[in-house]
Amino acid sequence: MYFTYLFRELRRRHKQALLTALGLAVGVALVVSLTAYAGGVGKAQDEVLQSLYGVGTDVTVSQQRKLGDGGPQQFGMQPPDASEQGERFTRDAITSSPGQQSLTSSRVGEIAALDGVGAVTGSLSLTSLHVSGAFAEMQPRTQAAAGPDQGGFSQGTPRMAPIEVSSFSIAGVDPGNLGLGPLSAGETSAGRGLAAADANAKVAVVSSAYAKQNDLATGDTVKIGGTKFAIVGLVTLPSGSTSSDVYIPLAWAQKLSDNRNKVNQIYVRADSADRIAAVKREIKQLMPAATVTTSEDLADQVSGSLANAWDLADRLGRWLAAAVLAAAFAVASLLTISAVSRRVREFGTLKALGWRSRRVVGQVLGETMAQGLVGAALGVALGVAGAQIIAALSPELKATVGGGMQVPPGAAAGAGQAMRALGMSAQTVTVHLTAPVSLQLIAVAVALALAGALLAGALGGWRAARLRPADALRRVD
Amino acid sequence: MLYELTGVTKRYVQRGKTIDALAGIDLTIAEGEFVAVQGPTGCGKTTLLQMLGALDRPSGGSALFDGRDLARLREGELTELRSHSFGFVFQAFNLIPTLTAQENIETALVPWHVGAAERRGRAEEALAGVGLVDRARHLPSELSGGEQQRVAIARALVRAPRVILADEPTGNLDERTRDDIVGLLEGLWRERGQTLIVVTHDSWVAARASRRVGLDHGRVEHGGEEELPVVDDFAMA
Repeated sequence: MYFTYLFRELRRRHKQALLTALGLAVGVALVVSLTAYAGGVGKAQDEVLQSLYGVGTDVTVSQQRKLGDGGPQQFGMQPPDASEQGERFTRDAITSSPGQQSLTSSRVGEIAALDGVGAVTGSLSLTSLHVSGAFAEMQPRTQAAAGPDQGGFSQGTPRMAPIEVSSFSIAGVDPGNLGLGPLSAGETSAGRGLAAADANAKVAVVSSAYAKQNDLATGDTVKIGGTKFAIVGLVTLPSGSTSSDVYIPLAWAQKLSDNRNKVNQIYVRADSADRIAAVKREIKQLMPAATVTTSEDLADQVSGSLANAWDLADRLGRWLAAAVLAAAFAVASLLTISAVSRRVREFGTLKALGWRSRRVVGQVLGETMAQGLVGAALGVALGVAGAQIIAALSPELKATVGGGMQVPPGAAAGAGQAMRALGMSAQTVTVHLTAPVSLQLIAVAVALALAGALLAGALGGWRAARLRPADALRRVD
Repeated sequence: MLYELTGVTKRYVQRGKTIDALAGIDLTIAEGEFVAVQGPTGCGKTTLLQMLGALDRPSGGSALFDGRDLARLREGELTELRSHSFGFVFQAFNLIPTLTAQENIETALVPWHVGAAERRGRAEEALAGVGLVDRARHLPSELSGGEQQRVAIARALVRAPRVILADEPTGNLDERTRDDIVGLLEGLWRERGQTLIVVTHDSWVAARASRRVGLDHGRVEHGGEEELPVVDDFAMA
């Protein structure tokens, strides 16, 4: 009798029931899509941070310096003597990343000894520059223009020959501690990765992107600062990550760049997530001049379309979903109360027949819950469809972290091209937006729809429970 | 006596105005009587019927049903009384529009928590008693006025209540159907010996009862109670 009455009643006022269910469905769909969207943006942010940060890293330590410190890189592009004017030359140099100051390796141990630190490793980021071209040729000046004491050598105006600059980035890593640091997010795609036994070996792992560009494979060699390194494997890093082109043992990186016992990046993992802030403070106390950033700090620096997408999801999305849900609950409640009001005589009759109030309320609740279930099913379907559309479109989002380094005034104009090759701009990562829908999200969405139905049923039921049979049946005599 | 009403009053406040629907009713009804409560529109007939059927409580006085004062019973006790002792027939039939004739009768058995099979069986029996077995699966909208009222009567009788209370049962019916319905009610009353209280403004209907109580302005009319002569073609049991 209960279900017969329930379904017959819903069929009788099917338009109103459908409207109630649709209202709940729209609210639920919005919650599902926006939560999936926010989840996708969050996942994209994690991807960005991981690619910039490495997996498992909670804190990074580095020390910045102005590019002007120490003077610009000298490549010796002037001919040593007049006989070599116009002659071709090549120059190779291995330099630390210009904005970064070296730190002594002992700092790694000092940081490891701090409270709350789970693991530490250091790395050395370098750039190998290869400059080639022809020495400038001096255009002769007239004898009259030549000054005294020129030694018979006619100084003229140098005519700059074109130079070619190529470079690749190098990361010196600790092969015994690859779970943290630049290679932690990588996956070996060919050959093998570096191992603890490689600490002093002339071996290298190359990024698969760089290998593809330069037609390199395992078994080939790569020359760094005149030293050949055997490529033992290729590694694939997350798209958009700020990976290096070549990874070699830290000891060799230090030797080749004349940075013995030096690192320029320290990666730290805390014991637990709630110790991160404390670890950061301790490191700052130990190294006041250092730049100590957590993943949260990095997240705060993220700008670009990813950051905008996050703002949209977090602020507008959350409030929009809440507002639509509240409206859906209100519509469901009003329609239920209206339906109960139209059935006053019906409920009065049932009470006259001896139906207890709770039986009548149960009937009203059952009707609204049935509408809630339909609304939940529709809403989840719509929400999942919305999330799948976002995933199918997979819009590209860019995230930029940090800002460009300042070029101090007076830096040599001729070094400008080389400086650009060293990558002085802020790091921009590109990720594709997804919108993951989990079972948990679906469960929450269904629960919300049922909560709305329960609220509507409770209000309608309260109205029905308050009906006195005599009032319900009274007619105008 | 089944009913003993002493000084029963009922007062409503409607739009700021106080209305005395019953202004001091003194009335007794014996078990098995067929009583017609007659009076003009607005005299308090329906209000009195609601008091007698425990649908409402009096504002004052005492209304004893089988020795229990209806004015002092809690809502749960009144509901229990309604589900076991009273059956109602309304002028507008008051059938549930989404349920079939048989299902409408079954709604009266829901408070008894009987099994579905027993419920169906009793409902079929009640429908047979009013001659509508072949209309069991029809919705109220598919029945004529007379048929709907028969279903309502079957619903009122299915629990074999002590009292049947009918509020203008023929008010919405044509003359021929009115005769059928009144005849049915009367026949069932004679057959089962239940107390039958009918509220009506129709003198022809009132004349079928064994006792007529006249109401005017919420009071029993002076000399308004009368025993009515036995109608020849219906011998008293």
